Amino acid sequence: MITLDNIHKAFGPNKVLQGVDLTIPKGESMVIIGGSGTGKSVTLKCILGLIQPDEGTITVDGQNAAKGDREAFLTRFGMLFQGGALFDSLPVWQNVSFRLLRGALKRPKSEAREIAIEKLRRVGLKPEVADLFPSELSGGMQKRVGLARAIAADPEIIFFDEPTTGLDPIMAGVINDLIREIVTEMGATAMTITHDMSSVRAIADHVAMLHDGRVQWTGPIAGLDTADDAHVQQFIHGRATGPIAAIR
Amino acid sequence: MSLLAGFLAAIGRVVLGWLAATGRIALFTGETLLHMVRPPFYFREFGAAVLNVGYFSLPVVGLTAVFTGGALALQIYSGGARFNAEAVVPQIVAIGMVRELGPVLVGLMIAARVTSSIAAEIATMKVTEQIDALVTLSTHPMKYLTVPRVLAGLITVPVLVGIGDIIGIMGGYLVGVNRLGFNPASYLQNTVDFLELRDIISSLVKGAAFGVIATLMGCYFGMRSGRGAQGVGAATKSSVVAAAVLILAANFLLTQAFFFQ
Repeated sequence: MITLDNIHKAFGPNKVLQGVDLTIPKGESMVIIGGSGTGKSVTLKCILGLIQPDEGTITVDGQNAAKGDREAFLTRFGMLFQGGALFDSLPVWQNVSFRLLRGALKRPKSEAREIAIEKLRRVGLKPEVADLFPSELSGGMQKRVGLARAIAADPEIIFFDEPTTGLDPIMAGVINDLIREIVTEMGATAMTITHDMSSVRAIADHVAMLHDGRVQWTGPIAGLDTADDAHVQQFIHGRATGPIAAIR
Repeated sequence: MSLLAGFLAAIGRVVLGWLAATGRIALFTGETLLHMVRPPFYFREFGAAVLNVGYFSLPVVGLTAVFTGGALALQIYSGGARFNAEAVVPQIVAIGMVRELGPVLVGLMIAARVTSSIAAEIATMKVTEQIDALVTLSTHPMKYLTVPRVLAGLITVPVLVGIGDIIGIMGGYLVGVNRLGFNPASYLQNTVDFLELRDIISSLVKGAAFGVIATLMGCYFGMRSGRGAQGVGAATKSSVVAAAVLILAANFLLTQAFFFQ
């Protein structure tokens, strides 16, 4: 279980997070929605320790995320970045098995390659892709490779940052289905950040909406459409008018 | 009065900015040194950095050295003729290349070729979240990106300087023998006789220092890059400028330390 308690973060005068309280139950898929600049990515990066919150506590299964062995803490996580964030200098299979080629989870090279090819197959890519470089792949293939990398070490917790951004609707649907399948079969705790309502409906068990640096609404996906919150209704229906200012 | 205060405040801001940057670079250097002695060590990345910093810089170093050595021979011959000292060409080419031009030119070429590429590569990695990805994959970016490159600079640039010194002297030799009519055997003999061990050691030490400066500046400015293409461009430019200035400053200090104690 991931718990965020009163998280604050400001960049200069810009107060991005102003007291985020959120609980993500173990084995559940939480999707965080909200307009641009509402602090979704900052929240995710605070949990991973990529950004230090100014105030508040983050715990993962009761363990304070800011304390203890950082490497051991991060081995529990997998992350799919918005742009893939694949390493240009490495072939696809070494990107996927990056964690298995070094550090605490190190395996023999041949075994790491086998696992990489298996994970590539799991996300619908042929073994021939393994020896290509990221620059030789399309955007959709890069996302899949990023997804394969996120699940390569069978993490307990997986984060997805805008998984369908920049993809055509069909490829976005494929990625959404893959995420849902993988999260279900691995039994992982998942947290996804997205603007894409089709992703929300495909991936989420629970939804949280961030607005003005706080959690505006949270609840199960089944309650999203009937949520008694004007912000949520404006967001999910994409209305230009409402409590969320169109010009920010 | 307010105009004067504003002027002084502007100077103060610049000075404070410089001091803060110096402090940040010192901390970055300290952190790099700390990670150099703490495992894990990434040997594959170190090997790749040795190839990039050292091996692939050989052509540019060789060309720079050979033309500089040749031009130096011509200049010394032409200038020496004013006071009947044309015969000192071999000695002055040797001392000029080994003590000064070899290390400085190699350092500046490394700043142009290697510092810029390191800064652009790491800055692009930062902009595209590859640095964040490294962290989430339990890999420290300083260990994975900075340490191998700085170690490669420390080890390979002195070798490049040594090679540059030899090629530069050979450039002077070719011009001296073929254009200025020197006897080949006596040219080489004069060169060897005139050089001291201290000259060679100073050259290699300067190479090591310049290698560290060039690679460290590339990593530092790459890691601190701003967003977007403009951020990458600014990081690359700043890294090369900082490396070149620091190499010239370090050259002065090392020359002072070696030859004017």
